[in-house]
Formats: sequence, structure tokens, C-alpha cells
Amino acid sequence: MAQQSEIRYLTPPTVEVKKKKYCRFKKAGIKYIDYKDPEFLKKFLNEQGKILPRRITGTSLKFQRKVSQAIKRARHIALLPYVTDMLK
Amino acid sequence: MSNHYETVFILTPVLSDAQVKESVESYEQLLIAGGCEIVQKEIWGLKKLAYPITKKSTGFYNLIEFSCNGEIIKKLETEYKRDEKIMRFLTVKLDKFAVQYTEKKRNKGKEIQKSAE
Repeated sequence: MAQQSEIRYLTPPTVEVKKKKYCRFKKAGIKYIDYKDPEFLKKFLNEQGKILPRRITGTSLKFQRKVSQAIKRARHIALLPYVTDMLK
Repeated sequence: MSNHYETVFILTPVLSDAQVKESVESYEQLLIAGGCEIVQKEIWGLKKLAYPITKKSTGFYNLIEFSCNGEIIKKLETEYKRDEKIMRFLTVKLDKFAVQYTEKKRNKGKEIQKSAE
């Protein structure tokens, strides 16, 4: 049974350093999310155009609701696609 | 008590410029006749849609920001539904943060123009 120490890794295993997530709206002091500029809203969409969950983006509940409402409005007036395989 | 509203509507690209201007004017007159005070009017022109609407992939976007007491919105929306030149429309009530945001954006636009001169 190879002891633990004998196992040699080619590259040292990088442990995932836990980055403290923060709500970018509270930090930047943004109060209103405009549904008319799709470039900013794209940061909250994944490749298929679906809304990213809070655990990934780290936004607070209050602003996640505002973001999702803005995205749905942008989709309604065809600034953002409902579903796509766009490259970000 | 007048609230702030913002309406975005998309016209079919098939129209000539004159028709586009005329229909935008007609909606403005409808608002002014209803006692609204138009704060801002933006014409984004022909833009590519993210997905085809009624088999068309481009549309003529325009935006009107106005403040009124709210009864006109119902009339405006029925006009939108009746008009077949309009592919899609969205009317939104602006809360106080939104009004500050649009004002700040407009002032920034003015400053750029001033500095450009």
C-alpha cells in the first residue's frame, strides 16, 4: 500500500481558494438596473441565455429580482434572446 | 400626482422613413392630447432583433419617456394593439431610482455635447 508521501503529483494540487462573493450592486451603489442595455445584462446570462443563479453571481436577493425582471423585459423587446447558443 | 412612464415600441422595418416619422408623431400627439408632458424622445433607428418577430429580423426602435396621471396608458396600449405597424411595445412605470438614472444619463449626454462643441 503506497504511503501517502510516496504519491508524487506532477503538478501540486491547487486547492480552490474560497473567494468571498459580494453583491456588485451594493458595492457599486447601483440603484436601478436599466433593461435597455443588453451588454450589462449579458454578465448575468450563461451561454444559452439563461439567467445565472445567485450562488454563482453572488448578488443579493433584492437585486437578483431586479436583474431577472430587467432581463425578462429586455427579452420581451428582443434586445436579448430567450434561448441561444451565443458565445459570450 | 403625475407618475413617470417610459414606453418602447418597435415598428416593422418595411415602412418608409416618412411612415415611420408619421407614426411616431401620431403617438406623441396622442400623449400630448392626453395631457402628458414628454420628458425625452429617443429614436434608436433600425436595429437587429435578438430573435425574429413575425418573420422579420430587424425593427425600428423608439422610446418615449413622459409623465402623466395614468389614465392615458390604457388608451395608448389599445392604440398600440390596434396599429399593425407596431411589432412589439413595452410600457414601464419608472420609480424614483429610475427617474434619477435617466436624468443622470441625460445630463451626462448634455455634458458630452457641450464639451464636444
